[in-house]
Amino acid sequence: MNVAVRRRETWAAVGFLSPWLIGFAVFMAGPMVASLVLSFTDYDVLTSTDFVGGENYRQLLADPKVRSSIANTLIYTALHVPVTMVVSLALAMLLARVGRRSAGFFRTIFYLPTITPKVAVGVLFLLLFNGQVGLVNSALGSVGIDGPNWTVDGPWIKPGLVLIGAWSLGSTVIIYLAALQNVPRDLYEAAEMDGASRWATFRAVTVPMISGALFFTLIINTIASLQTFDEVYTAFYGSANQQTYGNDAALFYVVYLFQQAFQFLHMGYASALAWLLFVIIVVITVVQVRLSRRFVYYENE
Amino acid sequence: MTAAPPAAPPAKRRRPHPWVLWTALAIAAVIFLYPFVWLVSASLKPRPQVFDNRLVPSDWAPENYTAIWTAAPVWTWLFNSVVVALAAAAAVTISSAIVAFGFAYFRFPGRNVLFALVVGTMMLPGAVTMIPTYLIWNELGLAATQVPLWAGNLFGSAFYIFLIRQFFLGLPRELFEAARVDGAGYWRLFWRIAVPLCRPALIVAFVFELRASWSDLLKPLIYLRDPALFTMPRGMKAILDQFGQAGEARWEIVLAGAVITTVPMIIAFFLCQRYFVEGVATQARKG
Repeated sequence: MNVAVRRRETWAAVGFLSPWLIGFAVFMAGPMVASLVLSFTDYDVLTSTDFVGGENYRQLLADPKVRSSIANTLIYTALHVPVTMVVSLALAMLLARVGRRSAGFFRTIFYLPTITPKVAVGVLFLLLFNGQVGLVNSALGSVGIDGPNWTVDGPWIKPGLVLIGAWSLGSTVIIYLAALQNVPRDLYEAAEMDGASRWATFRAVTVPMISGALFFTLIINTIASLQTFDEVYTAFYGSANQQTYGNDAALFYVVYLFQQAFQFLHMGYASALAWLLFVIIVVITVVQVRLSRRFVYYENE
Repeated sequence: MTAAPPAAPPAKRRRPHPWVLWTALAIAAVIFLYPFVWLVSASLKPRPQVFDNRLVPSDWAPENYTAIWTAAPVWTWLFNSVVVALAAAAAVTISSAIVAFGFAYFRFPGRNVLFALVVGTMMLPGAVTMIPTYLIWNELGLAATQVPLWAGNLFGSAFYIFLIRQFFLGLPRELFEAARVDGAGYWRLFWRIAVPLCRPALIVAFVFELRASWSDLLKPLIYLRDPALFTMPRGMKAILDQFGQAGEARWEIVLAGAVITTVPMIIAFFLCQRYFVEGVATQARKG
């Protein structure tokens, strides 16, 4: 290719890439920098803005609500992600054993909750897990268990949310099923010939062969889980009759961030919160990537 | 004790009985479907019976669905949601396809680094850019309109760029070279050759974004103040605040609202099921 053609190609490429380049500058890189700058100010939209140095970060370290929202979010994530992964894998392994048509049928059923808007999930949570009249407790009652007040009692709110969260695991099931269907049959036949037990086969064949999918769902479910907002805000926060209500046991990080930024208009402080979230997510993701390097098997390496 | 007789030859592994498999799947299916059945059923019960947890209402109250129409501007909210979701989906599909073609067809210095950056932005939490993005729309005088709900999508989105690029890369290069020889410009290569051949990928992007946009609550909470502009989920939240929770305890209205919010997505899903599944499965392949 001669130089003139190459140059023309490069300019054409820039043309095609320009939407993303502009979007990156205006809606990603710019805002990242802007929120970092804002995090050192007392910007609140209404009054004049002053540079306050590290004041927001000092305040953030001392803010008990920051601590409790981080704890709530981490506890929820630490429960939600493994539960989702284990249940999804179990369901996907069941699906991998039935014919494709039946698998498709059940897969549809498992995926339906995932496309249900989170607002509706939040409403369902309030009603199904209601301590007095909810379906969950009446089911527990029928086997003699006195169910807790899932939607009111602080310590029970997160387990309840984990359960309703597990209802929306359809995407993870689809990802695992696709991965399981790609495991070469002869590996299982070889394992069977060697007389490997089912558990040994699972550990030595299935898990390594789908480790890429496991790793991927670990990362995306964790990142999504750390930003849980819609269903929690729906169920526990809002305003009725001119009064805002909330439940501190359900104060998730992004809920608190949203409140600070858009209800109290403490945008400088909220920007510091946003950056802290970013750092937390990066650190957790990096740790996960490091750890899983040892476990993930890549066919092409 | 469930162990097999010790003398059994180890070579032939016992498979679980098919009925174990089917029972487990059936139980799981019931658990996953029951909340929908409960929701629809409860939304058709008169107020005192809403929480009786009966599968079939003992008294039917279809008037809940007429009551919600007078209690809240549901048509307006549904219409807003449809407009916003279609705009968001169309915007992200077209812009992502353009960018994806830029990455798939052209060879230019720094391409791989740039593409890695695109993929990397998938990890960027939306919450971090939320405030400055709001300030941008505020500066433009659009903060209280529906524009911020979809206009950000005009600049492509990493996941869809990735997905569509995969499809473009699968097209034989000779196709484009032949067209170049015939004097076709780059835009023509994109619009007349690449796009028609990769329609499935574009539909995947479209339906995925349609769902994401329809369900979103955070952005409508941030931007929309005027109830006449609410999307259905934002309206649903308003219904919950007014008729449930600390409000008037008319849960049958809340339930009808939840059904109305959900049903369009269920319909969309059954119409485009193949594309939803394909989209999710592709997600994994990039991992």
